Amino acid sequence: MTLPPFQRFLDDHADAMWRLCAASVGREEADDAFQEACLAALRAYPRLRARSNLRAWALTIAHRKALDVHRARARRPVAVGALGDEHAAPEPDPESDEALWAAVRALPPGQRAALTLRYAGDLQPAEVAAALRITPEAARRRIADGLARLREEYRP
Amino acid sequence: MTAMLHPPRGSAPPFALHRAAAEGLLDVAYCEVDTPVGRVLAARTPRGLACLAYEDGGADAILDSLAARLSPRVLEAPARLDDVRRQLDEYFAGARHAFELPVDLGLVRGPFARRLLEATARIPFGATSSYRDVAAAAGNPAAVRAAGNALGANPVPIVVPCHRVLRTGGALGGYTGGLHRKERLLALEGVLL
Repeated sequence: MTLPPFQRFLDDHADAMWRLCAASVGREEADDAFQEACLAALRAYPRLRARSNLRAWALTIAHRKALDVHRARARRPVAVGALGDEHAAPEPDPESDEALWAAVRALPPGQRAALTLRYAGDLQPAEVAAALRITPEAARRRIADGLARLREEYRP
Repeated sequence: MTAMLHPPRGSAPPFALHRAAAEGLLDVAYCEVDTPVGRVLAARTPRGLACLAYEDGGADAILDSLAARLSPRVLEAPARLDDVRRQLDEYFAGARHAFELPVDLGLVRGPFARRLLEATARIPFGATSSYRDVAAAAGNPAAVRAAGNALGANPVPIVVPCHRVLRTGGALGGYTGGLHRKERLLALEGVLL
């Protein structure tokens, strides 16, 4: 049992990594986060155990690079009148899930992370917990709380 | 809320290979090349061309082997093999008699096999040698069988021209890609009609 060639790893998981980035930081900055995630994955790849859950590993790295984008934004001065995350978001298309993901991006960081890993990355709650280094119960709670808050705040 | 959270639509852009290369992370770059003797998979390391494999069994098994034996950092990067593709095209068009490519014999097991392939690489276009002679050139004229094994395991056929090694007396012997390919290559070089 050895690691698959990195090209096959990318063929299998790149789309999921990109979608997680798009959900977490928005389409405008998704490509940058995605490229950083691929590079980080390539750097670390030879040290990975062959039996690892490659999909969860890929999405965890994508999540961390998306987090870097959020941190950089928080440091960036925001123009007077701009509304934080919203300033970079294109006009959401109500026909797509864009508006909903824009609402997810406005959630507190812990809930945003849990919802993007769970629903954009399609990870199981236990995998979300491992990616965020929290207990499975805490991950389930964040997912539930995030969904509840979305229900309150999201108006299509 | 009746809407469901689905993954955003869309797919990933191509991975920025130039950034991987700039960081020295492109351990094994590969591409597929169509030739008159079938499709081959060419792979290079920073040291040179390490693999030119006939794809009869498909690319996946070859890539698995490269990942296990060289490095798991295996990426499809055709631009990194432009010179390999060009020189193969020229060779099969009859316009090139010698390859000018660095070769990495990292997939070759053992010093004798390595010396043997280095000796084989010196056989010029249109000429042939015998298993006995290349074994002698590698330092052990008695190791005819080992010479056959090493040539059969040649990771870079065509470029290291093991097709130019015949049995003493001129019988074809064996070939890593099957005898029909050996005949085709020797015919291209004017050795066989």
